[in-house]
Amino acid sequence: MGAPGRPAGGASGQGIGASMPRKEDDRYMRGRGQYVGDIKVAGMLEVAFLRSPVAHARIKAIRIPDAIRAHVVIADDLEGVKAIRADTSLPGFKSSVQPALATGKVRYVGELIALCAAPTRAEAEDMAAEIEVDFEPLPAVVDMRAARRPESALVHEHWGDNLYLTTFVDVDFEAAKAKAAYSVTKELVTARQVMSPMEGRGVIAEWNSRKGQLVLTTSSQQPHIVRTGLAECLGLAEEQVRVVSPDVGGGFGYKGILLPEEVALGFATRKLGRPLRWLEDRRENLTANANCREHHYVLTAYADANGRLLALDCEATVDSGAYSAYPFSACLEAGQVGSILPGLYDFPHYRCKVYSVATNKPPILPYRGVARTGVCFALEVTLDALARKIGCEPNDLRFKSLVQPHQMPFDNIAKRHFDSGDYPKALRMAIEAVGHDAVRARQKQGEKDGRRIGIGYAMYAEQAGHGTSVYAAWGIPFVPGFEQSQARFTPDGGLELRIGAHSHGQGMETTLSQVAHEILGIPHDRIKLVHGDTGETPYSTGTWGSRSMIMSGGAVAAACDALAERVLKIGAALMQAKREDVRLENGFVVGPSGRMAVTDIARTWYRRPQDLPPDVDPGGLELTAGYKAKRDTGTFSYAAHAAVVAVDPDTGATEILDYVVVEDGGVLVNPMIVDGQVYGGCAQGIGTALYEEMGFDANGQPQASTLSDYMLPGPGEMPDVRILHLETPSPYTRWGQKGVGEGGAIAPPAAITNAINDALKDMGVELTMSPITPRRIVAAIDAASAAAPLGGKAA
Amino acid sequence: MKPSAFAYRRASSLSDAVAALAANADAKIMAGGQTLGPMLNLRLAQPAEIVDITRIPELCATSETSDWVNLGALVTHAAIEDGLVPDPTRGFLARVAHGIAYRAVRTRGTVGGSLAHADPAADWLSCFTALGAQISISGPTDTRRVPLHGFMRGALDTDLAPGEILSAVHLPKFSANARFGYAKFCRKDGEFADAIGAALLDPDRAIYRLVASTTAGAPIVIEAGAAFAPEEIPARLDAAGSTGDSYERRLRAVILKRALAEAMGK
Repeated sequence: MGAPGRPAGGASGQGIGASMPRKEDDRYMRGRGQYVGDIKVAGMLEVAFLRSPVAHARIKAIRIPDAIRAHVVIADDLEGVKAIRADTSLPGFKSSVQPALATGKVRYVGELIALCAAPTRAEAEDMAAEIEVDFEPLPAVVDMRAARRPESALVHEHWGDNLYLTTFVDVDFEAAKAKAAYSVTKELVTARQVMSPMEGRGVIAEWNSRKGQLVLTTSSQQPHIVRTGLAECLGLAEEQVRVVSPDVGGGFGYKGILLPEEVALGFATRKLGRPLRWLEDRRENLTANANCREHHYVLTAYADANGRLLALDCEATVDSGAYSAYPFSACLEAGQVGSILPGLYDFPHYRCKVYSVATNKPPILPYRGVARTGVCFALEVTLDALARKIGCEPNDLRFKSLVQPHQMPFDNIAKRHFDSGDYPKALRMAIEAVGHDAVRARQKQGEKDGRRIGIGYAMYAEQAGHGTSVYAAWGIPFVPGFEQSQARFTPDGGLELRIGAHSHGQGMETTLSQVAHEILGIPHDRIKLVHGDTGETPYSTGTWGSRSMIMSGGAVAAACDALAERVLKIGAALMQAKREDVRLENGFVVGPSGRMAVTDIARTWYRRPQDLPPDVDPGGLELTAGYKAKRDTGTFSYAAHAAVVAVDPDTGATEILDYVVVEDGGVLVNPMIVDGQVYGGCAQGIGTALYEEMGFDANGQPQASTLSDYMLPGPGEMPDVRILHLETPSPYTRWGQKGVGEGGAIAPPAAITNAINDALKDMGVELTMSPITPRRIVAAIDAASAAAPLGGKAA
Repeated sequence: MKPSAFAYRRASSLSDAVAALAANADAKIMAGGQTLGPMLNLRLAQPAEIVDITRIPELCATSETSDWVNLGALVTHAAIEDGLVPDPTRGFLARVAHGIAYRAVRTRGTVGGSLAHADPAADWLSCFTALGAQISISGPTDTRRVPLHGFMRGALDTDLAPGEILSAVHLPKFSANARFGYAKFCRKDGEFADAIGAALLDPDRAIYRLVASTTAGAPIVIEAGAAFAPEEIPARLDAAGSTGDSYERRLRAVILKRALAEAMGK
């Protein structure tokens, strides 16, 4: 842990590096969490929305029966409300305008048309069913590649095409061709998915006339960003808006978005004069809201005669859906493909063109891993194909091409700055842990049940906690700057920490307590983290991008450092010692002639100020401190994943027999929580690899509206993931910690696909889509055997 | 989503329930509610009245004769899984029950509800058909007892007339040499099956019955002979009108073969 020989958790065993049980689990595991759905406000009405049943149409008329008109809000009622806009400053970006309630046109199935409020949700749904809308149908833009063609219908007519943005990077690509000895070109597709937190979105809006304030209680991972966006849309000053985010049942990116539902409720609570609550149900979540992923790639990988990666040439398309979502924009995925695609590899030639396309589908939103899951899939599956072309083990190609530890820190071909790590070592550890040679031996023997065994690997780096310099260049609605924390002692010696980020599964009520304990030595039961309320916490862009342990952790440390200094000064004076002769130890100021509890110093400040030294800092035992990493281009945690699968060629079923993760998250503040993040991420990655798919028909109708149609992996589908750690400190962060929140979700689709392709390679089968369903495996086997009727390998 | 408004009535006896259905053509009975509940929530079903039959003692009862085991329609999957009701198959039924959906569903879901709903992917439909089960159907005037095979007319479509209630399931007893096989293919634990195969081999009674679920209708029943070879399965299924695309038809054959292999002890 940082310093060699330092015990995990420091002297007390409860600081940085301790696998402490999570403090917040006491309420979660007893069912005592408090979510939006648990909160009731006097006089509150429940909201149901009338949503568009069609993907693309002009609204000709909306007819609302007089009997319910006073309980319904439509676009015509939204006086003074601005549409949601999430622009970027990237050259050529085309702006979309997302109205809170559909105005003139609907652009996807599920778009909001009318807000209906009633004492119960059922009655509100009855109201919605009474509203009639006349539509003039327009052709739906459903297929992202067809949407790029000039003859396509247009989602936003005034654009002239369906492209939010086209990005292009070329690093001496043409020179590669002459040097290339091998190449493969693959077309790869990742399905559109839906984020599925156990708790959907939920919003309570109420106007507090005493404070002159809209209070929006919402299931959000970025309450301050919601406040900023909401104030702008509603035409309110920010001090007139308070956003409270209570317990949140899973975020994954979906809870970082300013929703039109939030704007609509924020407006309607004043118009209707009643507190309003909307609880997203699973059908709304699936069909209208939490869409993500959907990429398409044509990727060519080149190797030189030595079997080393020489170049990548990529054309990628991202289906960004109908609107640019606030605050991350319609370019978060597409804009990052080109910079993530080189992976962990060092190669000299590169070209990548990426299209961010508008379609008549729900906006694509950031999901754990963001663009990396698709990019890692495209790159690592193509590398395995290139290795098969070369005739080598895929990991031979990887070892020859990985950035080496002596090159660190390393600026890669896409100008990403890798801070630290030993990539080959992680891969070697994965190979050993998974028992690579034994799997190869077992493959040769064959399985009695007719299944085929395969082994596959994938690697990635996860940029995390990147800040001002990166986001200023994007020009999206927010740019993260200094992260702040407030720290204060209570009169009886307790410590309150306030952060603007939000903890909803990350365990920050525990890990930030560990940070404070490390510095101040206060017992954990006297440390309280306050988060999730813009009225109580410093501004923050929130919890996203695996940043919180770096940024909030750094801010809490800075605040505790400053508080420690004030405590030491008071303690030294009270003990009649010099400042330089006292130190903090286990919650005591220890000096040459004795020690004094921090609780006594707190009591002195608040309740016996007559005892304080005359030169005491008048700021007292309460302060705000800020933090930014020494270099804000981000930490790069990374991992090697290895999967062993058994594929049943008769049914197409895939079973994951073994799964190994070798992960380097720098210094781990709480290794148990990191493992939990990896397990959870892997479950989602397995969903991407084998199960999850939101299809749309040619009219843009979503093809799954319940979880029996949209298949998520369950406990029975989770292998016993084995996790090994490397701990290479980041040179840029407070303790060398790196962000690790998303990694588990990045590599599984690539590793599992590589394992399936390894299992079926003798049948000439190669799958390049996610999810790999039983039906797709059988179809690929059929296609391969049709292509090679004599049973030989397909060309 | 939440259900549209409906009236609720708890029936005290089978005749009370039948009378309630007769009195209101737009009434729907609810047993375990594992299918009707979601359908109400999604407003796919909007009955005017729900007749709750879960407190009717006679529908919970089980009994045995020398040739039959009789299960009231309200016997739950969990009761079978836990061995709380008579089992003429020496544990086979418990294993099938264990594979139905999730324990929470099994705790409330009933055999009668499952058969009456007639989802082609339902386990009991294929399993009980293979066993040669009969069912009792109670109406305003009498109770009729019919073979389960033939009861299902198509997906979600049965021989139940308006106002009738499926009141009991009757399972025959088997010889000591009877062997059972069951296989199903689900993309994940607890999901609806893409294919189910069930086999009953009772040579003492010259029964060699194979049953395969379909995706769109009643299960396919193959009355095989003693000399039947597993390789005949695809052709027999096709001859019986096996529907679906090539993947579905092949999967059906693979899974039925696995059920037969299990019954044959292979």
